[in-house]
Amino acid sequence: MEKLLEIQNLKQYFPVASGLFKKKYVKAVDDVSFYINKGETLGLVGESGCGKTTTGRTILRLYEPTSGTIIYDGKDITHVNMLPYRQKMQIVFQDPYASLNPRMKVGDIIGEPIDIHKLASSKKDRDDKIIEMLERVGLNSEHANRYPHEFSGGQRQRIGIARALAIDPEFIVCDEPVSALDVSIQAQVVNMFEELQEQMGLTYLFIAHDLSIVKHISDRIGVMYLGKLVELADSNEITFHSLHPYTKSLISAIPIPDPNTAKEKKRIVLEGDVPSPLNPPSGCHFRTRCPYATEQCACEVPEFKEVEKGHYVACHNLDKIN
Amino acid sequence: MSENNVLLDVKNLRLSFFTPGGEVQSLRDVSFQLREGEVLGIVGESGSGKSVSAFSIMKLTPYPGKVIGGSIEFNGHTITELSEKEMRKIRGNEVSIIFQDPMTSLNPVYTIGNQICEVILLHTDANKAQAKKRAIELLTLVGINEPEKRLKQYPHELSGGMRQRVMIAIALACEPKLLIADEPTTALDVTIQAQILELMMELKEKIGMSIIMITHDLGVVSTMCDKIAVMYGGKIVEYGTADDIFYHSKHEYTKGLLKSIPRLDAVEHEKLVPIEGTPVDVMNPPAGCPFAPRCNSCMKICLRQMPEYTDISDTHYSACWLIQKEAFEGGN
Repeated sequence: MEKLLEIQNLKQYFPVASGLFKKKYVKAVDDVSFYINKGETLGLVGESGCGKTTTGRTILRLYEPTSGTIIYDGKDITHVNMLPYRQKMQIVFQDPYASLNPRMKVGDIIGEPIDIHKLASSKKDRDDKIIEMLERVGLNSEHANRYPHEFSGGQRQRIGIARALAIDPEFIVCDEPVSALDVSIQAQVVNMFEELQEQMGLTYLFIAHDLSIVKHISDRIGVMYLGKLVELADSNEITFHSLHPYTKSLISAIPIPDPNTAKEKKRIVLEGDVPSPLNPPSGCHFRTRCPYATEQCACEVPEFKEVEKGHYVACHNLDKIN
Repeated sequence: MSENNVLLDVKNLRLSFFTPGGEVQSLRDVSFQLREGEVLGIVGESGSGKSVSAFSIMKLTPYPGKVIGGSIEFNGHTITELSEKEMRKIRGNEVSIIFQDPMTSLNPVYTIGNQICEVILLHTDANKAQAKKRAIELLTLVGINEPEKRLKQYPHELSGGMRQRVMIAIALACEPKLLIADEPTTALDVTIQAQILELMMELKEKIGMSIIMITHDLGVVSTMCDKIAVMYGGKIVEYGTADDIFYHSKHEYTKGLLKSIPRLDAVEHEKLVPIEGTPVDVMNPPAGCPFAPRCNSCMKICLRQMPEYTDISDTHYSACWLIQKEAFEGGN
């Protein structure tokens, strides 16, 4: 398979308020590397503050990376003008209430990317494109003349998706696209993502904290903890044969909607909270909550390496744990 | 299970919000019972009335909401007829509540100790020293380390999970008979959610209280609850034990809900079956069954008239015309 996107040693540090002489940084993304194949969905999960959203945004250069390389379709795009690439790489945001301009009509919201990239030859062509997009996401032509506040959360998310699709992109970052929606609406939107992928051959980076949904939609899943990728593998592999102690506890913590399974399921309850990203633990970031932590974990950062084919883990004590 | 005493009995509760735009019927004839020591889960989507029904038990309905019919009996009191002064004696003492957002439900300008002691001083004869001692006990009970130090801290110094633990400590200060948990873990991460749920179940055994758990997460109810009420459009559409709801669901909404959530333990990729359409417009609820406009098996009568509850077993009932139709065709 062909790699569409590859990121190597990506780092994104944000400066925070500091004293006169000393600058402090939050290491939101710290040395993350992975690739996404053409036509595939890579899921990214983790708890709040683990850097999954920042990773997504940095890939699109909405934030300038502190260091590292972003390679899209064989070309290094870390320092180039992004405009031509914006046509290929799009994003759907988490909050459908905040990501649509309330003063713009839906037609203009969807038309804006078409205008910017000059993809319409005439006004009629532009309108046709907008209507085609609306229909593609399950809305209809009359919706183009309405304002965002007239729509429900699920419908707004469809508008956000239509906007991302309007310029026929290849790659979409889906940043928690369903977490703000009701359960019964989530399934509608998730199914739509899958159908659009089939029809248009899209590649997704699907970011969410809900592992059940990520597992459902993704081919492979990466698990992040405090700015670092701790495990990455095929989605069934992650769910049933995870190797990293954090992934194991994360999976065991998810309540299964089935009373009998829930009774049998053994939960690994982690002690304590996620440490502050301002001051992460030395060595392995997870060691403060890890039941298997040793002295080595405190002084050495574990390497993110391939232990089985396509299964990457960063942990010192794999032999002991598994 | 032996039948314990009925602790809470909600009968035909009707509650509306009188907004400038018109009347919003939040609860339309809601009835349910809760026995001592039971955990009841109320599930539903936003706007289904699940939080409002919990708030009405505490008499905390926000303005312009008003109870316009029905009654709530709790532990020998008729809540709906109590004055605010009488209610204050019960609130925090016999029944307490934990809110969704631990970031905003604690007062930022008082210390943790101050806020826990307030409840104890208000409801018991304890003096300040005794209250402080009790506060330390409570913090230890909810699994907070160095309780003496925490008493002097302010909410912003604690993490989300810790704050929710403090909220639980406050709620349990007077060993209430009933704890209402309104989406207690929605704002928390999954690993912290597991900690809090574990803690709630442990404390339930220790203190012997009942819990009403309000959530939209079917996973949470399946792990925690004995009984489940499914709400849609201000009505309880189905009620039963966890097994009834998950394995023998009768209402089309419940069935749809169960089919629309992805399962983490699914090996094969199965397509989700979403419920089409959008949630009920609360301003103009349909005349008949609130779910009818989205229901795949909708019949003419569903749009016109609300179905009555049909008993499916001793513990399980549901309001759907299809069940009545089946019963009729079955010759009963």
